[in-house]
Amino acid sequence: MSDGADARPGAMKRALVAGHADFAFGLVSAVELITGRGEVLVPIQVKGLCGDDIQQLLYQTMVSSGVRVIFTDLQAGSCTMAARRVLRELGEGTLVAGANLPMLLDFALSSGDDVAAAATQAAERGRAAVSVHGGTA
Amino acid sequence: MTIVLNRIDDRLIHGQVVVGWGQPLDVKFIVLVDDVVAESDWEQELYRMGVPPEMEVRFHTAADAATRLDAYRTETRPGILVTGDITTMGRLVEHGGVRDVNVGGIHHRAGRTQHLRYVFLTADEGDALRRLALRGAVVTAQDVPAARAIPLEELLSSREDA
Repeated sequence: MSDGADARPGAMKRALVAGHADFAFGLVSAVELITGRGEVLVPIQVKGLCGDDIQQLLYQTMVSSGVRVIFTDLQAGSCTMAARRVLRELGEGTLVAGANLPMLLDFALSSGDDVAAAATQAAERGRAAVSVHGGTA
Repeated sequence: MTIVLNRIDDRLIHGQVVVGWGQPLDVKFIVLVDDVVAESDWEQELYRMGVPPEMEVRFHTAADAATRLDAYRTETRPGILVTGDITTMGRLVEHGGVRDVNVGGIHHRAGRTQHLRYVFLTADEGDALRRLALRGAVVTAQDVPAARAIPLEELLSSREDA
């Protein structure tokens, strides 16, 4: 884990975040608030875009930024579909569908060079962070 | 039950279809009608991955789907039929048996004008929707079940800023 000192403006981008409505900006703003490392994530806005345009936007952003990790919100979502096509086109990269805040916090706080491994670890952390309290059996 | 929703959506199977419509309508299967997807195993796997295991996905070309509409009407389980464009839905309406058409998502592209947040159309596409109505289909725009179904003429006269 890092103390976040390298996440000030100009910090290296490590992953894209894409999803429905304001999902990406909301989660990235929460990561920034909690860790001060929101800059390592690139939120993608896809409102009003067709599937082809989402794919093009993800592709161009990945190529221009060098980022090879994408977090999306929903397995069935159009961002996930587009991301899978982009990774196929690039021939590399890691997609994590079903992203949540604990997952992105773990990823943002990772500091190793192996971003794919960091994404995999973050996915496990996000999966394990879901809990239910109260209710009926 | 039968096909409970005939939807035009250029994103085909995605969150609004699987969750937004699929859960409240208790949808058990989705018929995806698209000539490109019907010929690609990779694309089919991509769309299958997006639906829960208890929901079946069937893939057809437009020509193939037209011959199966009668069979789908006899289905005892509720299903959604989705096409990626107006032309494909038009072929099914022309064949007969599609009485209601839901315009669920036609997004921005060069030459299109924004009518609703989720509907952008060229003049030709607007005319194509009118032809569906002339053939007897009730055409409305509605992205999710909780939204109001907007009649075709209201849709075509609506304008929104991007």
